[in-house]
Amino acid sequence: MGIKGMKYEEFGDNESLELLRKSGSNVILTTIDDVINWGRKNSLWPLTFATSCCGIEMMQTGAPKHDFARFGMEVYRASPRQADVIVVAGTIVKKMAPVLKRLYDEMSEPKYVVAMGACTITGGPFCEYSYTVVNGVDKIIPVDVFIPGCPPRPQALLYGMLQLQRFIETETADSKKKRSASHSYK
Amino acid sequence: MDKVQIGEFIRSLDSDLDIKEGKQFTEVIIPPSKLHSLASLLKEKEETSFDFLVCITGVDYGNELGVIYHLRSTKYGHTVVLKSRTADREKPVFDSVTDIWKGADLHEREAFDLLGIKFANHPDLRRLFLNSSWGFPLRKDYIDEDIITW
Repeated sequence: MGIKGMKYEEFGDNESLELLRKSGSNVILTTIDDVINWGRKNSLWPLTFATSCCGIEMMQTGAPKHDFARFGMEVYRASPRQADVIVVAGTIVKKMAPVLKRLYDEMSEPKYVVAMGACTITGGPFCEYSYTVVNGVDKIIPVDVFIPGCPPRPQALLYGMLQLQRFIETETADSKKKRSASHSYK
Repeated sequence: MDKVQIGEFIRSLDSDLDIKEGKQFTEVIIPPSKLHSLASLLKEKEETSFDFLVCITGVDYGNELGVIYHLRSTKYGHTVVLKSRTADREKPVFDSVTDIWKGADLHEREAFDLLGIKFANHPDLRRLFLNSSWGFPLRKDYIDEDIITW
């Protein structure tokens, strides 16, 4: 693994990147986008937000052994106004949902969401017959990357964050419009 | 006192009550109107002195709603169970026992929050966990479209 991001050859899943690149864009804008996206993807600041055990794995990912900081995600921000990405780590219950929505709304653009763990993807072990748990955080806020696991290992979170970086790398004005239009959340 | 003696003692206080010896504890089936008076008697009488309310459980039996009280004496170490039911699902009311055991406060609020069982003379009967817009989720007839079942 390189110190600053992964090289194209070293990444296991390049098909998704090629697929994203195919979306098509203007030649002049592409050059500017490339520079902006390069800056954005290498300084992804996550929000300090964790509701349960996935948060412990997220802390471990930030700790020296796995070291998030190699990829430019070193600074956890305590304020949503300074954060770029919110890692939803843990079960979201219906009483917590308005708070999460508000945190997301307070983040400044561009903002990304990573749904970490089974609870945030579908409700996980609380999915059935639960009157309190939100069955999938994508019902409240738009999600860019889903990381399965219960909880996902730090390697899985790192992989997910790298996928997010690749997603940001290929973003264009068009794809941003499409992305915001495709979200059906209320 | 053991199970049989507790049962006999309670029968001597009120002969109309339905008293069973359960597997573990003496069980007293009691109408809601007699609940408060018997509870205070059981605490005050020297022979029983049930000074500790272990738990209040709210139950939805389907057609009836009920409460179950586990009482324990820290002096003698014996336990008794009081069971009470009401068929009124719209306004189920039991007498509060907060004036006898202060610890009943939060138990009764929880039973009110999740099952909608009201307690008369409770000092502060607000919802404990949920918002006021919520229904009573532990009732059998609770409907929520978000709940996934298969």
